[in-house]
Amino acid sequence: MLDFPRWKTIGISIILLLGILFSVPSFLPEKTRESLPSVLQAKVNLGLDLAGGSHLLLEADIADLRKTQLANMEKTVRAAMRGESGPDDDIAIGELSTTGGKISFLVRDLAKLDSARERLFSETRGAQLTGQRDWNITVVDSTRIEMTPTGAGQAQAVANAMDTARDIIDKRVNALGTREPTIIREGDDRVVVQVPGLQDPAALKELIGKTARLEFRMVDANADPAEAAAGRVPVGSEIVPYAEGEGSGAAFEVLRRQVMISGEQLIDAKQSYDPQNNQPVVSIRFDSGGSNTFAKVTAQSVGKRFAMVLDGKVLSAPSINEPILGGSAQISGSFSVASANALAISLRSGALPVKMTVVEERTVTPELGADSIRKGAIAGIIATVSVLVLMIVVYGRFGVYACIALIFNVFLIIAIMAGFNATLTLPGIAGFVLTIGAAVDANVLINERIREELKRGRKVFQAVELGYSEASRAIFDANVTNVIAASLMFWFGSGPIKGFAVVLTIGIVTSVFTAVTVTRMFVAHWLRTKRPTTINI
Amino acid sequence: MRLLKLVPDDTNIDFLRWRKLASAMSIILVIISIALVAVKGLNLGIDFVGGQSVRVEFTQTMPPIDEIREKVGDIGLGEATIQQFGSDKAVSIRTALPDGDKAAAERAGQQLVAGIQKAFPTAKAGSVETVSGKVSEELLRTGAISLALAMLGISIYIWIRFEWQFGVGALGRLFHEVALTFGFFAVTQIQFDLNSVAALLTIVGYSLNDTIVVYDRIRENLKKYRKMDIVPLLNLSINETLSRTVMTSVAMLLALGVLLIFGPDVIFGFTAAILLGVFVGTYSSILMSTPILVWLKVGPHSFVPRTTAGMDGGERVERKDDGAVV
Repeated sequence: MLDFPRWKTIGISIILLLGILFSVPSFLPEKTRESLPSVLQAKVNLGLDLAGGSHLLLEADIADLRKTQLANMEKTVRAAMRGESGPDDDIAIGELSTTGGKISFLVRDLAKLDSARERLFSETRGAQLTGQRDWNITVVDSTRIEMTPTGAGQAQAVANAMDTARDIIDKRVNALGTREPTIIREGDDRVVVQVPGLQDPAALKELIGKTARLEFRMVDANADPAEAAAGRVPVGSEIVPYAEGEGSGAAFEVLRRQVMISGEQLIDAKQSYDPQNNQPVVSIRFDSGGSNTFAKVTAQSVGKRFAMVLDGKVLSAPSINEPILGGSAQISGSFSVASANALAISLRSGALPVKMTVVEERTVTPELGADSIRKGAIAGIIATVSVLVLMIVVYGRFGVYACIALIFNVFLIIAIMAGFNATLTLPGIAGFVLTIGAAVDANVLINERIREELKRGRKVFQAVELGYSEASRAIFDANVTNVIAASLMFWFGSGPIKGFAVVLTIGIVTSVFTAVTVTRMFVAHWLRTKRPTTINI
Repeated sequence: MRLLKLVPDDTNIDFLRWRKLASAMSIILVIISIALVAVKGLNLGIDFVGGQSVRVEFTQTMPPIDEIREKVGDIGLGEATIQQFGSDKAVSIRTALPDGDKAAAERAGQQLVAGIQKAFPTAKAGSVETVSGKVSEELLRTGAISLALAMLGISIYIWIRFEWQFGVGALGRLFHEVALTFGFFAVTQIQFDLNSVAALLTIVGYSLNDTIVVYDRIRENLKKYRKMDIVPLLNLSINETLSRTVMTSVAMLLALGVLLIFGPDVIFGFTAAILLGVFVGTYSSILMSTPILVWLKVGPHSFVPRTTAGMDGGERVERKDDGAVV
């Protein structure tokens, strides 16, 4: 007991000093903190329920994704059948359908059935190393080819889409300029978005929810407007409505189904002003592939019109007056600066590969959060002080040691939370106060045991020694059960509850250290220097 | 300086004399709690049934609940559950999960906020939560699983560290406490949500502190007083640990009571549940978890294997001495 080597004292003191050092930044205002060396920048994060902000759980529409997957494969099939070395290499196909979750088409020249299959095989080699195919290709009735996505292929497609979706949402949320947003994938088909300090969640949801599928397609000049109004359009074309407020009177355009340039080929989009009338416009720029296509098409189609289609709505269908060779164009319309900017953001951050729906939302205003912090701090301080007073009144000198340990415990919890960049939530504040109450339990156990041993007539040193060693076993067992409960909360809980579990777990570990090891150091020092023959406990 | 003693020295209370009475009372309380949950039901929050909930702060105290109910009814989202929440200016307005796809809850939430703001222009929506049916089902399932796993996990740990009787005792006690807390939620109709599950898990974790301390002492005494009858031995163990049980409970109740009175109103229900759990826990560590050991026939044989009987303590010291010589 008295044998408390110097290195141990030094080690414990260093830990305690580090605890104070690393907990301080969390209390400093942002400005002061930023002027500190980078090691000391870490602080405790405030959860959304304290800082205010929005938590959104988005779920992907897998059925929609399957449809897109089929549509993309249809494009691949058509491209593959066109052949690389001119028209002689083409394989004529027909009666292509994408219903029932599979692609089915007729190969007109039966002699080319095998080579058609070959081409598709090389197009659908799976991305994985296992050699698993993404699509099953079968020949039906000796004339048709049927393609069905495999389970592995579908899973891979979902995983890819979710990764892309996460990145895109990340870009869009960051474009809002809020601080420290968190965007992470959860499970197979979900993304969690947490944006602290946000006042208007509606704007956030609108921005995230936008599918913003941008396409550039040719207007079908052969379509007869009267026929189209009755719903009859030439083969290979379809009716696409105008977006609200666009089209100056026209309700729709008849567009070729084939997409000339897709949104992925867009590399930049920004809000600017039309030099002629100073109206807000969105300037767009294509990548080299997109620029080439755009240049080729506009060169061939001077006098015709093309359409910009966003999310299945025509934004604008300008005439091509001259070939546009530079790869830059402007979308004009009745934009305000804000709406042009919003469109530019959605265009710039690309199209979401899959529709996302908000399935859970939790928003707290910063005012309510600030109120909670204030009340939590007041309660935390009063609770700590009352427990400290109780300990001193009941255990005297040993109570004072316990109090010092408890104060160090508070610093250590904050320091460790800052180090792990852990998040303090509202239940976390409760966990903090609870830890204060429970942290003294270890000291209560030790002190009661010392009292008992003294009553049994043991000498001071021996009583203290036994008090610590005998109580340690129960302290250990009791804390393990708490860790079990806390880790289950961490695994299964979401958001705030996770935060509660984190505080609880850290508090359990630090309180055992401070309540047992740190008080022991003080007690040993006192016994060694003063050598008391009786103690008041 | 005279120090305060919460419990006088050398108590010798025959706690186990009341064990039949206490057990009967506990069983009745558990039955009443279960009946209350069955009859009154829990006031399940949107976390578990889906729907949308808005916390609205009014400028005047005691906002007119009936008027709010009427105005919210006009929004067309069905009957609203309206409760005063935390401060006397704030109410929580909750409407049921609307039919429709999984985005329905989110749309209804926007409608609700817009409707309230139109009807009460000075009121402020402090927090908005919407949970779809699918997510609420998952939350309910994981909540139930984590509670069951925590109870089982802790009991198994105690079984490993002590003996099976002690594990059963811990499980029985946990069941008692969890049932009573559910009863508390049923009586008070405090909203039962994710935070309540956290409260239950906390009760499960912390109330076992007491059990373990008493059990640890019982194990020690069983080895020390091998001839003593089990009932006096248990009484002795409880009495020896009594001042610690009381002191820790007082410290916890003090900290939690402060949190209840001064803390954030949003977690009032959460704190109240834990406070109750600590209170019940003190009672059951004295009169619940120990009597179970009598019925499960715990004795010295439970710990000291017959072959090594009588070798505890002294054996270890000797070995240490041998080591010093070498």
